[in-house]
Amino acid sequence: MRGKPPAPADNGKARVFQPAKANGERSLSVGSLARERCLEIHRIMVRARLMEERMIGMSKSGEGYFWIGGPGEEAFNAALGLQVKKGCGPGYDYLHLHYRNSATMVALGMPLVDGIRQMNMKFTDPHSAGRNFPGHYADKAWNVIPVSSVIEVQFAMAAGTAHVQKRHGGDGLTIVVGGEAGAAEGDFASCMIWSTRPGKELPVLIIVMNNGWGISTTHCSQHAVKHVIERGKPFGIPGEVVDGNDPVASWFAIEKAMKYCRKERKPYMLEAMVSRLYGHSSSSGAPRADEPDCIGQFEEKLLANGWIDQETIDKIHAEAEAEVEAGVAESGAEPAPKPEDIERYTYADSRVDKIYPGDYTGLPE
Amino acid sequence: MATLVQAVRMALHYGETHLGVTDVFGEDVGPPLGGIFTATQGLKTAWNSPLDERGIVGTAMGIAYAGGRPVCEIQFCDYGFNTIDLLKIAGNQRWAGAGNYDLPMVLMMPSGSGIRGSLYHSHSFESWATRLPGWKIVMPSNPFDGYGMMLSAIADPNPVMVLLPKALLRMRGAKLIPGEPADQDQLRKMIDAPLGDRSKWQPRWPDLKECFIPFGEAELRREGTSATIVSYGRTLPLCVEAADQLGSEHGLKFDVLDLRSIFPYDWKAISASVMKTGRVLFVNEDTEVTNFGEHLLRRVIDEHFYDLLVRPRVLMGKHVPGIGLNQVYEQNTVPQLPQIKQAMHAVATEDA
Repeated sequence: MRGKPPAPADNGKARVFQPAKANGERSLSVGSLARERCLEIHRIMVRARLMEERMIGMSKSGEGYFWIGGPGEEAFNAALGLQVKKGCGPGYDYLHLHYRNSATMVALGMPLVDGIRQMNMKFTDPHSAGRNFPGHYADKAWNVIPVSSVIEVQFAMAAGTAHVQKRHGGDGLTIVVGGEAGAAEGDFASCMIWSTRPGKELPVLIIVMNNGWGISTTHCSQHAVKHVIERGKPFGIPGEVVDGNDPVASWFAIEKAMKYCRKERKPYMLEAMVSRLYGHSSSSGAPRADEPDCIGQFEEKLLANGWIDQETIDKIHAEAEAEVEAGVAESGAEPAPKPEDIERYTYADSRVDKIYPGDYTGLPE
Repeated sequence: MATLVQAVRMALHYGETHLGVTDVFGEDVGPPLGGIFTATQGLKTAWNSPLDERGIVGTAMGIAYAGGRPVCEIQFCDYGFNTIDLLKIAGNQRWAGAGNYDLPMVLMMPSGSGIRGSLYHSHSFESWATRLPGWKIVMPSNPFDGYGMMLSAIADPNPVMVLLPKALLRMRGAKLIPGEPADQDQLRKMIDAPLGDRSKWQPRWPDLKECFIPFGEAELRREGTSATIVSYGRTLPLCVEAADQLGSEHGLKFDVLDLRSIFPYDWKAISASVMKTGRVLFVNEDTEVTNFGEHLLRRVIDEHFYDLLVRPRVLMGKHVPGIGLNQVYEQNTVPQLPQIKQAMHAVATEDA
């Protein structure tokens, strides 16, 4: 356990809504986040969490199989999703996410039923047609690049989208997210190298979600650096560590990082210290971990500040639960993939292919 | 007549001026060198990348995701093995992502033996490549096909791997590329960078024309009824030469099919020829365990078992860890003209 939630202060407003320090290592810019924004973030966090918890239940009940997701990362991810320049094409932000970014997708506007459709393996799942694990999102309309289970490969692709964005002009940036354990992969180094070529720097916001674990392996047993972003220093990549369990601190850190990338057209690193509340995945049984809960912490702060009351919190949870259950019921009634769907979406239409002018249809006949 | 490498260069030029190619990149691809085989000299979109094959493939994917049309190069396919998982994702992302994104990228890789390349400049890749569903894979055996297949690779909105038989890169063809001057010296002066200082050099490109060679269309290089020979890349011209020699020496006449497109492959052409001859030999130089030719052999057995007059067969590279530098190794590891000729003679003359 990293620490208990801070006790409400007498002048809770000033203390709670000033951006917090991250493990005492940095001081975020002063300023406060408006009440409406805080409540918006809170609702997203709750909705994403209840969706994930229901999906864990589905993995145990037989309604689904494997579960992996982002309980514990909601604070940072919601703050991230709300600040994305959302749209399609190089004028907007590209998102190379990992499989714990549900709250980012919810913040972008994803209906919960879409996440549940993937867990439910329905053909109506817009992200993978019932093919991929939960949390493996893909959405062209929002520049969400397909998430792969292969750790860190998104860092090898990030320079490509950023390269097009720099050439395109404007302020669109590429956001790439991965865990701190995955930063051991060579693709993390590739991202730093390709985004800092002299005179050809790229607007890449590199985000490391540090929950301290790679399945069962601790960060401190594998990495000589305390923080992954220290590896950015030789490349001249500025960065900072933020308390990812604090949505307000995360908000301001993300805002600052995005401003830098949008204006300077160069990379920046953020390392968010977060909890992993249900272990790596359902493979470890997904038991609740004894780590700080960003939602509980935030609710205490909101209550202390008088910006919400317990009744309203309960109502938000109840509404989210109802939304999740409605999503489970709705997607449960939707069609599963059919045997004839196994080849669908392999190929795009081609004017130069004699065998497959349309989609793949099995071996050449 | 252009060489294969000049044909590829002209196709890339046509691609960047007419088909929307935004980036041609890889190690030493940009100026001043323009590719270690000169395939990318003088191209306006060519640039040098870090020596990082995973970065090259990943960046090409990112460019394609963002609406660009990249052609990237891995200098030798021998150095592509550490990109296999990225190649797998490039092939499966559309399927896995419910059709959200097309991925119009071309990966160009010199492949195969024949330049005394020792262990790491002699690998074949097509058998590995055919285990990457979602890709299209081509391997031209002459300049005209190199031009037309590269244009198709660029125009196709899916990931396409262009394997260039490095032993044939300096080979000239018999067929003019549309717009190419007939005089090879004239072409050389127009598009080959001079030795020494190239800083002020600009290519003068011929007025090239569009010419797509569709995927999945084999070409019959020789016609006959003695047996069917199916090959591609470096071994294809050797099969043609062997067919000509066996014709004049023994009166044998072969169907020699240049597969050109490895996936999708032209099953109709293979099937029709096997029906005609009842005898078939597949020739390639990849290693012999789980060789792509074995897949074609399996389909022949499944679908034409009772049409065959003699056992079908595959001539391919030996299952050894590499190709050794001493030519005794290379000559005895991958099929050469004498072995090909002998195998063709055997399949055509064995008693039915």
